[in-house]
Amino acid sequence: MDGNLNALTTVFTEFYYWVTVVFMFLIHVGFCMYEVGASRHRNHMHTLMKNIMIIPLVTVTFFFFGWWIYWAFPNFPFFGGLNHEAAAANLPWSQNMATNLSDRITGVFWAAFLLFSWTAASIVSGAVIERIRSSALWVHAVMIGSVFWIIDAAWGWHAEGWMVKYLGYHDAYASGVIHAIAGGYALGVIMVLGPRLGKFAADGTPRDIPPHNPWMLTIGIFLIYSGFWGFYAACNIPVISPEGIGGLLTGDTWTATNIYLAPTSLSAITFNFLMSLSGGLMAAYVVSKGDAFWTFSGGLAGIITASAGNDLYHPIQAMLVGAVGVVIVYKLHYWVERRFKLDDAVGAVAVHGYSGIVGLILAGFLLWGAPSSPYEGYATVNPVGQTIGAVIMFGVLGWLPGFLIAKMQAAAGVLRIPVEVELQGLDYAEHHAYEEAKAEIIAADKAALNGGSVPAE
Amino acid sequence: MSTIGYDSWAVDLAEVGAVYPFQGSEGLMVVLGVVFWIAWHRIQFVREGAHLEKAKQMGDKDKINSLLEKY
Repeated sequence: MDGNLNALTTVFTEFYYWVTVVFMFLIHVGFCMYEVGASRHRNHMHTLMKNIMIIPLVTVTFFFFGWWIYWAFPNFPFFGGLNHEAAAANLPWSQNMATNLSDRITGVFWAAFLLFSWTAASIVSGAVIERIRSSALWVHAVMIGSVFWIIDAAWGWHAEGWMVKYLGYHDAYASGVIHAIAGGYALGVIMVLGPRLGKFAADGTPRDIPPHNPWMLTIGIFLIYSGFWGFYAACNIPVISPEGIGGLLTGDTWTATNIYLAPTSLSAITFNFLMSLSGGLMAAYVVSKGDAFWTFSGGLAGIITASAGNDLYHPIQAMLVGAVGVVIVYKLHYWVERRFKLDDAVGAVAVHGYSGIVGLILAGFLLWGAPSSPYEGYATVNPVGQTIGAVIMFGVLGWLPGFLIAKMQAAAGVLRIPVEVELQGLDYAEHHAYEEAKAEIIAADKAALNGGSVPAE
Repeated sequence: MSTIGYDSWAVDLAEVGAVYPFQGSEGLMVVLGVVFWIAWHRIQFVREGAHLEKAKQMGDKDKINSLLEKY
């Protein structure tokens, strides 16, 4: 850092990302609460542990190879080789990936992406509760969190990604990059995994399996909203000079940029985050006829639908995009459930996957002709590019690997828990150990009360 | 032609203002937004009326009594 202005900008950027990461942690707290609230008592601890262990597993693998993929893969394999030069600084043995006073940004920027990785894995985790083996889910978590989502980020969320360059792909706050891929991946897994026992009646009619704790579920989704707001800020670069981005802008006005280095502001995305949340909540209330959980999820789906273009929409456009998306997503969820007998326990495929697809396609029309990036020669935003992008995110990088890996796990007999265990509940063994320990302590206390032996003081 | 009025970001930001699509249609967008809001209230009033009417007939006296006891 040569000069105080550079030092100030660097330290501000470092602090900015650090704050966003802490806010984004709330997303994971929210997912844990939501999943536990949605599961039945007998599967409580299993559900919680399944989601908690995503944190260390995705973190270490993202350190070992996930972060390297982001820097190496923007044009690999279709439009060039691996970018070894950019990726070298992000290898796990690089001095940038450690305590280093000449690089204050890599750690916090890495962490911001890592929190997105946890989110991608956690979205899948919600769809498969009460019947997947933890070991199987944790392999999926590593695959989507540290491999597939970060490939999609390199392709469609890197300033030099080939999808941005050639398709004009624009997905500023990750309708597709996080949500469509995670929804698609979850769909691939639940197609192989099958529904929870009792989800469908003998004639195929789906049954509602109500959450055991509505309070926990509600607080969970509100924490997800809070973390998502932090996520929006994390998708921006807070302050940068035209010179700092290679003179891509003319003049000398400094600005915040989105992930593609195109100018934006926290003010713009704050308007649009809150208006799309509102449009989603209002539309979901109406379309679900006042169902509380779909209304809350609809708020999330509204934001996700508008996210692709929320750096550029007018707030009323963001609200209406959020509302339209939620209606489509809600109808599609129930159609798929009835038609294909799929059990998506928390509506993750719909809220994240279908919303992501709808959001990408709508952005293609609404932002038609807008520059996707400040780099010269890049394609502009267009409906065809956005639709192809949606297929790549949901289908190619999401659904396909989720389906194939789940198929391999099923063939090896390591995907689903045994029926006997599903019936007694995944917490049965722990519950019994607890009851036995409790009974023993109570018996000892009673013996002491009745004049039996007491421990030495 | 771009919906946001810019085909390139190679611009001097000192001279850039609004960048949302369909500038000049703000009045129409507000009308659409207000229609959405008012329609929401209308739908909700009608739905809630129908729901309360149905709910009036649902209560069994013993069950209501036990609910009152529950506080």
